[in-house]
Amino acid sequence: MTAAARAVRAISSADAAKPVVEVRNLGKRYGSQVEALRDINLDFPAGQLTSLLGPSGCGKTTLLKIIAGLLPATNGEVFVNGQKVTGPGPERAFVFQDFALLPWATVVRNAAFGLELRGVPVAEREKTARHYIDQVGLSGFENRYPHELSGGMRQRVGLARALAVNADVLLLDEPFSAVDEQNRRKFQEDLLKLRQVENKTLIFVTHSIEEAVYLSDRIVLLSPRPGRVSEVIEPRISRDRSPDQIRRDSAYLDTVETIWRGLRDYAD
Amino acid sequence: MSVQTNSQIAGGVDAAREGAATTATSGESILLWRLASIVLFCLAWEIAGRIPINVAFPPFSEVVMAFGRIVADGTLPAAFLDTLQPLVIGVFLATAVGIVMGVGMGLREELEWAGVPVFVVMQAAPMAALIPLITFIYGIGLTAKVLSVIILALPVIALNGYKAVRNVSPSLRAMCRSFLGSRRQEIFKVILPDASPMIFAGLRLGISAGFVGVILAELLITPTGIGDLITYHRSIANYSEMYAAIATIILFAAITVGLLERIEIALFRPEKKEHA
Repeated sequence: MTAAARAVRAISSADAAKPVVEVRNLGKRYGSQVEALRDINLDFPAGQLTSLLGPSGCGKTTLLKIIAGLLPATNGEVFVNGQKVTGPGPERAFVFQDFALLPWATVVRNAAFGLELRGVPVAEREKTARHYIDQVGLSGFENRYPHELSGGMRQRVGLARALAVNADVLLLDEPFSAVDEQNRRKFQEDLLKLRQVENKTLIFVTHSIEEAVYLSDRIVLLSPRPGRVSEVIEPRISRDRSPDQIRRDSAYLDTVETIWRGLRDYAD
Repeated sequence: MSVQTNSQIAGGVDAAREGAATTATSGESILLWRLASIVLFCLAWEIAGRIPINVAFPPFSEVVMAFGRIVADGTLPAAFLDTLQPLVIGVFLATAVGIVMGVGMGLREELEWAGVPVFVVMQAAPMAALIPLITFIYGIGLTAKVLSVIILALPVIALNGYKAVRNVSPSLRAMCRSFLGSRRQEIFKVILPDASPMIFAGLRLGISAGFVGVILAELLITPTGIGDLITYHRSIANYSEMYAAIATIILFAAITVGLLERIEIALFRPEKKEHA
C-alpha cells in the first residue's frame, strides 16, 4: 500500500527467478479411464501470482490439490522450496472454493484454526487471527458465525485463516466463484492491495479470463482433458494504478482477447 | 406435545423426528401454540371421556385424579424406579456402544463391512419379536429388560452415527488435513462436531426406541414397573389409573427426548443457540 511496500514488491518480483514451487513431469489418472493431467512441467517463481486458467475439466483444481499435498500424483513430482511434496506442509496454505469454514465456530476461531491445529496457545493465535481479520477487512465481525456472513465475507475468513499460518505459498482454488460479482471485484482489488503488504507466492485457480489477467503476473493456460500446459502468458500490466485504469489498460484488454482466442476452440 | 408423542409409542419412531423438528424452531408464539394444542387435546379427551365413547375410556379429569392417587400411594414412583433402572442402563450402553460402533464404521472400511449389514438387518427386523427369546435365555430379571432396551435402541443409534460420519463435509476434512491437522484432531475438531446433529438425531430415535423396549419387556415378560402398573390396573378395570400410568410414561419419554436436543446445542452447536 505504501511506497516502501511497493518498492519491496518491485524488488521481489525482479529477482523472481528462483522458483518456490516446481512441478516435474506430473501426471494424474483417476482409475484407468480418466487421465486428468499429463506431463505437466511448471515453475512458480517466488513472490508472484500465477493463475491456472482453463475450461472446466482441464484438471486445474487437481493440479492445485496435488501441489497442496491433498491428492497424490500418479507420476511425476512436486517440489516446494526444494523439498519433495508428500502431503500438506506448513509452507503452503489452501483457500477453498466452498470456504470450508467450521459452521460451529466464530470468525476468530475459524481464522485461527490453522494455528489451533498447530497447538499455538489461545491468546497468541487469536491475536494473530484478529490481525489478519482486520487485514482482510472484517474487523467487527470477529464473534459472528459463518452463517451470519455473506459469501464474500466468508471467503475473507478463509483467506485470513490461510494468511494466519504464515505460509510462503498460498493456494487459492477458485476462491471467488461462489461470491457475487460486486463482491468479487472488490475482493480482487483487495487481494492486489494485500499482495503489496504480504509477500507471498500465490497460485490461483480460476475459470475467469478477466480475473486471471487482472490479478496475475503469469497465467498458465491448460488444455482440456488430459490437462496439459498449452501456453504461459505474462500480462505485463503495471498494477500501481487504480483498478479502473487497469481494467481499461490496452495491455489488459489485449491479453484478455488473446487468451479468449486461444480458449474459444475448447468451448462447447 | 402429548398428541405427537401418543403416536410415538403406538406408531413408531418417526414421531420423535417430528418432535425434534418442532422444538428446533421454538419461540414465544410457537410455545403459545403448543400450549394451545395441549389444552385442546386435553379438552377433546375430557369431552370424549364424558360422552362416553367407551366404558374403558375415562375423561381427562378422572385420569388426573387417578394420577394423584397412584402418586400418593407410592405405586407410581416405585414403578418408575423399576422401569428407569433397566432403561437408563440399556440406553447408556446402547449410546456408548452405538456411537463408538457407528463412528468407527464411518471411519474405517473394515468395520463398515463387518458392522453395517448386521445393523441394517437389526433395524429392519421387528426386534420386538425377539423379546420372548431373550426371556427364554436370560429369564425375567434385569438382564432381559436391559437387553430388550439395547436391541431396540442400538441399531438406530449406530446407523445414524455411521451415516453422520459419512456425511461430514469432505471439504472440511480436506481443510483440516491441509492445515496439518492430525487424524485425532480431524476426528475431534471436525468430524464429530460436524456429525453431531445426525448422531443426536439417532440418539433421540434410539432413546424413544429404548422406551418402547422397556415397556414391551414389562408387558411381555417381567411384570414389574410401569408395564406392570398398566397391566394390573387394566385387569381390575381401574381404567383411570391405567391411563394415568400410560400418559405419565409418554410425557416422561417426550421430555427426555426434548432435553437431549438442548444438551446437543449446548455441547456442540453454539451457533444455533440464538435460534433455539
